Amino acid sequence: MSLPTAPQHPVAWQVQSAVRPSSEFVELVARSGAQDVGRCYQCRKCTNGCPLASEMDLKPNQVMRAVQLGLQQEVLGSRTIWICAACQTCTTRCPNDIDIAHTMDVLRQLCVRLGVTPAEPNVVRFHRLFLDSVRRHGRVFELGMIARYKLASGQLTTDMKLGWELFRRGKLNFLPDRITGTDEVRQIFKETMERTA
Amino acid sequence: MAAEYDQSIRAVCTALEVELAELPDWNCCGASSAHFLNDELALRLSARNVRIAQQHARDLLVPCAACFQRLKHAQKALRQMSRSTATGPINGTIDVLHVNDFFCRPEVLSRLRVRVVKPLSGLAGAPYYGCLSQRPPKVTDAPRPENPTGMDALMRIVGMTVCRWSYKTDCCGGSLAVARTDLVLKLTGDLLAAAVEAGAECIVTDCPMCQSNLDSRQAEIEAQQGKHYGLPVFYITELLALALGVGQPARWWAKHLVDPTPLLRTKGLC
Repeated sequence: MSLPTAPQHPVAWQVQSAVRPSSEFVELVARSGAQDVGRCYQCRKCTNGCPLASEMDLKPNQVMRAVQLGLQQEVLGSRTIWICAACQTCTTRCPNDIDIAHTMDVLRQLCVRLGVTPAEPNVVRFHRLFLDSVRRHGRVFELGMIARYKLASGQLTTDMKLGWELFRRGKLNFLPDRITGTDEVRQIFKETMERTA
Repeated sequence: MAAEYDQSIRAVCTALEVELAELPDWNCCGASSAHFLNDELALRLSARNVRIAQQHARDLLVPCAACFQRLKHAQKALRQMSRSTATGPINGTIDVLHVNDFFCRPEVLSRLRVRVVKPLSGLAGAPYYGCLSQRPPKVTDAPRPENPTGMDALMRIVGMTVCRWSYKTDCCGGSLAVARTDLVLKLTGDLLAAAVEAGAECIVTDCPMCQSNLDSRQAEIEAQQGKHYGLPVFYITELLALALGVGQPARWWAKHLVDPTPLLRTKGLC
């Protein structure tokens, strides 16, 4: 009997070496808004059409299988859920009508809600600061948001030239564009973000 | 960010006698960030805009592909919710339209056709639709999400040569531009190379995120690939306005990072 050789992918190795299937995670994912993952039969159409599959640690079809198997840490700690650009190609093409792109939303939300360290912290930072800008002003104040992102991520000098070129062309406003309904918008944030905190 | 898109849409609509009114006190739909982090937040931010439009009994004409998809999603959800409750008013009854779908309506197309004063003959462009005006079709109601043709038709009407390419609906990387710029450079780099291979002299889009990623990141891609593209990235409405002889195109060209004036000059278009 020959020993199995380790596959290239570390997570795939974990899957192969220590699978104890559990339905808890797939149920949690279903309760959180993605009910269809169980339908995946691994045709890989999602992965074949995914523009960023080559950059992902778990391919989209592997995410689906890992959710079915209950590999919560591997899924929520993956780069994949944050690298997904939400282009909706997988959802459009899935022969089982699984909303894969929305499943990625649900997984990102679970990652944050359960306090799992995100594999792409800067992506999370960006989205949080974008939303905070919307909460404050009702619309995004690009210049302020980017400045705060730079401070938070430590990427102080990147894109300085581009920023200047955009500013010079009047594409970045100096001041935020406030709406009169900011209270209403803040209330939406309060009610929805607190509920999931 | 996209004043040239806004101004060119308004100029084209005025020329076609289409009356526009900006949605009062609209808020940001939350774009990718909201649905990445909180489904309910995403829905309620967009729903606020749909409700305002409904109060004013106006359909929504949406220039941005991401806003369009989020608003359409909210409009369908509102309609669904009010159907499931037996009493109360029906919500989400207004239409949410993406600009191209609107310009492609037969009655608008026929007006456009007869008002072209400066055909853009000899200008070859690759129509680039990106993701969210098309996908997912159960939200967008796009009739041909894998091979949309609306912008192709508009380009032909103003006399352009439409380049055939298979990247029409490939993703530009969207909001990853800030936190994972490397991924956006890879995706947009592939798009630029494919457009040139298809014989395009410019890319034509209807999505501000796509325009920004392809235009503002082009210099970095050129440095990375050691190639020169110099491929202008136009909003479709900038070109419609140019062909209709309306608006102030010179001001719009000044907003582009890849200057379109050398190309337009060789075609006698500026």
